[in-house]
Amino acid sequence: MTFQLSVNGRSHAVDVDPSTPLLWVLRDTIGLTGTKFGCGIAQCGACTVFLDGKPLRSCALPVSAVGSQSVITIEGLSGREAEAVQRAWVARDVPQCGYCQSGQVMSAVALLTEVKKPSDRDIDLAMTGNICRCATYVRIRAAIHDAAKSLEG
Amino acid sequence: MLMQPMKSHQTVSRRGVVQGLGGLILAVALPGTAHAQSGAAQVLKGDGGAVAAIAPNAFVRIASDDIVTVLVKHIEFGQGPWTGLATLVAEELDADWSQMRAEHAPANSDLYKNFAFGMQGTGGSTAIANSFEQMRTVGATARAMLLTAAASAWNVPVGELTVDRGTIRHASSKREGRFGQFAEAAAKLPVPAKVPLKDPSAFTLIGRDDGSVKKLDSAAKSNGTAQFTIDIREPDMLTVVVARPPRFGGKVASLDAKEALAQPGVVDVKQISSGVAVYAQGTYQAMQGRSRLKITWDDSAAEKRSSDQLIEEYRALARKPGLVARQHGNVEAALKLADKALEAEYVFPYLAHAPMEPLDGFLRWDGNTAVARFGSQLQTGDHHAIAKVLGLPPERVQVETMLAGGSFGRRAQATMHLAVELAEAAKAIGPNRPMKLVWTREDDIHGGYYRPLFVHRLRGGIRDGRITAWSNTLVGQSFLRGSPFEKMIKDGIDATSVEGSKEIPYQVADFRCDLHTTDVSIPTLWWRSVGHTHTGYAVECFIDELLEATGQDPVSGRLALMDKAPRAAGVLRAVADLAGWKGPGPTNGRARGVAVVESFNTYVAQIAEVSDGGREGPRVHKVWCAVDCGIAVNPDVIRAQMEGGIGYGLGHVLFAEVSLDEGRPVQSNFDGYRSLRIHEMPEVEVRIVQSGEKPTGVGEPGVPPIGPAVANAMARLGLQRPRRLPIVRAVS
Repeated sequence: MTFQLSVNGRSHAVDVDPSTPLLWVLRDTIGLTGTKFGCGIAQCGACTVFLDGKPLRSCALPVSAVGSQSVITIEGLSGREAEAVQRAWVARDVPQCGYCQSGQVMSAVALLTEVKKPSDRDIDLAMTGNICRCATYVRIRAAIHDAAKSLEG
Repeated sequence: MLMQPMKSHQTVSRRGVVQGLGGLILAVALPGTAHAQSGAAQVLKGDGGAVAAIAPNAFVRIASDDIVTVLVKHIEFGQGPWTGLATLVAEELDADWSQMRAEHAPANSDLYKNFAFGMQGTGGSTAIANSFEQMRTVGATARAMLLTAAASAWNVPVGELTVDRGTIRHASSKREGRFGQFAEAAAKLPVPAKVPLKDPSAFTLIGRDDGSVKKLDSAAKSNGTAQFTIDIREPDMLTVVVARPPRFGGKVASLDAKEALAQPGVVDVKQISSGVAVYAQGTYQAMQGRSRLKITWDDSAAEKRSSDQLIEEYRALARKPGLVARQHGNVEAALKLADKALEAEYVFPYLAHAPMEPLDGFLRWDGNTAVARFGSQLQTGDHHAIAKVLGLPPERVQVETMLAGGSFGRRAQATMHLAVELAEAAKAIGPNRPMKLVWTREDDIHGGYYRPLFVHRLRGGIRDGRITAWSNTLVGQSFLRGSPFEKMIKDGIDATSVEGSKEIPYQVADFRCDLHTTDVSIPTLWWRSVGHTHTGYAVECFIDELLEATGQDPVSGRLALMDKAPRAAGVLRAVADLAGWKGPGPTNGRARGVAVVESFNTYVAQIAEVSDGGREGPRVHKVWCAVDCGIAVNPDVIRAQMEGGIGYGLGHVLFAEVSLDEGRPVQSNFDGYRSLRIHEMPEVEVRIVQSGEKPTGVGEPGVPPIGPAVANAMARLGLQRPRRLPIVRAVS
């Protein structure tokens, strides 16, 4: 079945089974591999993308449910919050293995877009769906605070 | 990212790449110190057409655009060897950090062996330790050659030249130049047989902690461009998933693949030794195809015991003497003479490593040559395993190491089972079918190669307020037994089973450590910090319990027994100072527990501040950590590894277990195999103890102390030290 997807501002016609999770359409069909596979059951957040601006686990969303909603992946991330988060991530040397970090960055950008000055509690709530097996959590938290600070004024 | 030996049809693009770099490359190869000193080392040079310039037998490449690329023989999966080994080269080269880059070296056991292993591989927290002199020598050699070339070009004595942050200067003639402009001339010079290395007092990059030596891979790992094995895409590439037996040791009895083959995108189904391989055009199609396989399994030879049954068997064994790993004095007599004897039993479950990127691998095979690309942690073993399965001489198989999304030991397999499965899958469908093998998370958690289940029985004697006897009997599997590493088992004792229990930092007059190695057909493997994952917990909980029984403070009581363990005592003093230790408490509902563990010649002490979270288990608020890893090469990487080691250790101690139900793993994904999440991560403060000792590793040693530190704090909250892990099981 052919689906017309809007991904990172571009339109893609993809011919896949309707049950195919958006994750595999992004990775295997469109070739955007920045979004990662970690669990397949929306438990780890490595596959986080934005659907109409909201963070969502693409591994558990069938492509047939995407419809006309716009999909943004790590490759299409842009804007002040995204730049601030990625700058803070590099400045703090957050990543270790790095595999989960696309998803972490997506969730962090979504948080800062919603909440300009997140508390530790806000960070817990927004980021608890993103597992990092290297446990870079101390630096993720610090980098989110750094990014929020850099966006002030 | 990775270099491939040239093939004729690639010449044009390779030439383009080289010209893009400026066209001139100096590559210093040091194939083992002996070779280098005999003058057999080659300087590989090229002008874009001369392919040898970037042939992969080199450690450093200096291009005419001044970029210095270090070929790192160790796999990078977050522990930091790209940054670490580049720092060592840059230090002796006097390079500017901004000109440094890193990439993985290809598989070549002669050139890239880990001196701790005698083959190429990463593990045992050895990357910095075994590379410290080698990579500095590489940097110093390249520097000497560049200076000789510059001196010749400027017609000045080489001794009058200085180098600072990538700039070569001749002060009196006011001339200066960058590395790149001398790379071509340097490439024509003989390799000096011996070059002086800096005195550590002259280091400017090693140990630098002002934030200027940033990790080399952070940007690519923050914007989605870092390439992992799972990201490999090639034209006509198939994706393969394998249905493996639900019980370890099970075999395919019958297979009906009709329905699977009828699935859209499914290309083929083949039986291989590990199970049934499904080949499809995409990952989801392969998984869908696999779910339609009808397989009956023959479990006649499979392991069918449950975890509870194994634990009961182990507990019974722990009451009998095992093979003695080490003893002095007479522990039984001392226990009889004791005023008070304490006994404790600790049970440790099977644990999966569960790296974020599940196992995977890419292989292209044309019947005559093969290229494998994956996160190989034991390149030499994987290389030979693939060659053997494909019936090729090793020189016709290339293994290219990819960045890996974590490992924690999982990608270093004594059996090379992933490489074998990859090659068997390729062989089964025939040549010229490039493929990517992917494990799902369920495959990973069900896939075995666990940290082995262990039971410890400890007995301690106290007489006149002093600890006089210490007996520790361990029961568990050996993953070295029956593996190519079996010769590491000495006199029946697998050192990886008893490390940390065999020698403790505390002086006790009568001591024994003995071991029962069990025969269970659950595949097991080293897991981040190996034996110390369980011995650290058992020893540090039990010493704390004995000190508590004698009314001694956990810190000063330990220190009083540590006369012969100065570095362990050093980190314990440092962490007590860092935490402002005033005793374990509790104060305001929070207690503090301490633990100190040496692993892989690195010393780590931690203090955990804990409150009672009720049914949720202990709440760990803060962890203070002191580490002595000799000369600190990259302080911020050391801190990061301590933070990550604490989080990894804590998550497993609190929540993680792979339990077996009649041989079948019960947990299958992160819903059942619970991982630490950000709201459970404590604040961490790290102090790196100043040391002039040779550097040792930090990838693993942060893990062992956190569990016992938390357990010891729990005891002070009246919760008892958990006897069976994970803790949340014990609390609930």
